[in-house]
Amino acid sequence: MTANVIGIAIIDILLFTFLVITAIAIVRVRNLFAVAMLAGVFSLLSAGLFVTLDAMDVAFTEAAVGAGISTVLMLGTLALTVREEKPPSHSVFLPLLVCLVTGAALIYGTLDMPPFGAADNPIQTHVAPEYLQRTPEEIGIPNVVAAVLASYRGFDTMGEVFVVFAALVGVLLLLGASHPKRDDDVADREKE
Amino acid sequence: MEHHSILRVVSKLLIPPMLVFALYVQFHGEYSPGGGFQAGVVFAAAFILYSLVHGIDALIKIVPPRALHVFSAVGALIFAGTGVVTMLLGEPFLGYYALAENPVHAQEWGIVIVEFGVGMTVASVMLSLFIAFASHNPRLDDKDW
Repeated sequence: MTANVIGIAIIDILLFTFLVITAIAIVRVRNLFAVAMLAGVFSLLSAGLFVTLDAMDVAFTEAAVGAGISTVLMLGTLALTVREEKPPSHSVFLPLLVCLVTGAALIYGTLDMPPFGAADNPIQTHVAPEYLQRTPEEIGIPNVVAAVLASYRGFDTMGEVFVVFAALVGVLLLLGASHPKRDDDVADREKE
Repeated sequence: MEHHSILRVVSKLLIPPMLVFALYVQFHGEYSPGGGFQAGVVFAAAFILYSLVHGIDALIKIVPPRALHVFSAVGALIFAGTGVVTMLLGEPFLGYYALAENPVHAQEWGIVIVEFGVGMTVASVMLSLFIAFASHNPRLDDKDW
């Protein structure tokens, strides 16, 4: 058991170290192609952290959406614009100060947090035990996440699906349904 | 991309397992991690991989963007429609108990149906987004990157 805990701690430290290095690289590098790829790496490392937290569904989503599709879409956007970030036209000290103050405030906030993983944390004593208890009886499926997502919180999930759909509508309105020339190409092919 | 024979062979090997894995994640999501969102993204990723190797025109040929736009709306409507059906059967909106006699089976049916809607919308939206961006791109040589 202790060996297991130490192993997870080592993996966590490694993942967080790489995460910080990746974040610093994203800020420093000016080549946007490299930035897009590093953002994918950042997502993949986050997915690894979710796995060590036993949040498989979240890790899965992060790896597929964050590291996969987002990277492809970013590269697609990149092909429409320039490849190099412009050097900042103003001093970087004010943004740095804002970041440091915000970060310090957030870290100060964590001092009040209950101990990580404790059994009497609010997250363990509010609705979570109820869902864990009710899912086998009422829904009869082992994946409680799916039960909460699609049944207990089905209305929220429907909202999410419509948000995804709205994102497509927004992009199509901005970029146009498809390239006019390509449309003709497709129409020509359909005739053949 | 005709000269990338390794890419073509590897993608040919990868795409069928990706599609099967997406279907597994979709329909086994009640028993293992996953569900409509993840399945939809993996399903779309398989087509995106095809397009990265064979070009956007080859992709548009097998999945017309217009069909994808319809599918993305149909998926969302399957979700909302399930809610309307349960209302017509006398339960609250998305109250799956109306779908079968046995309450546990009714819940399972409801979850499978709405997850299918989720998967359909997510897969077609991701693919449409990719096509919307990629079909605007000027043709890029490998060296342009």
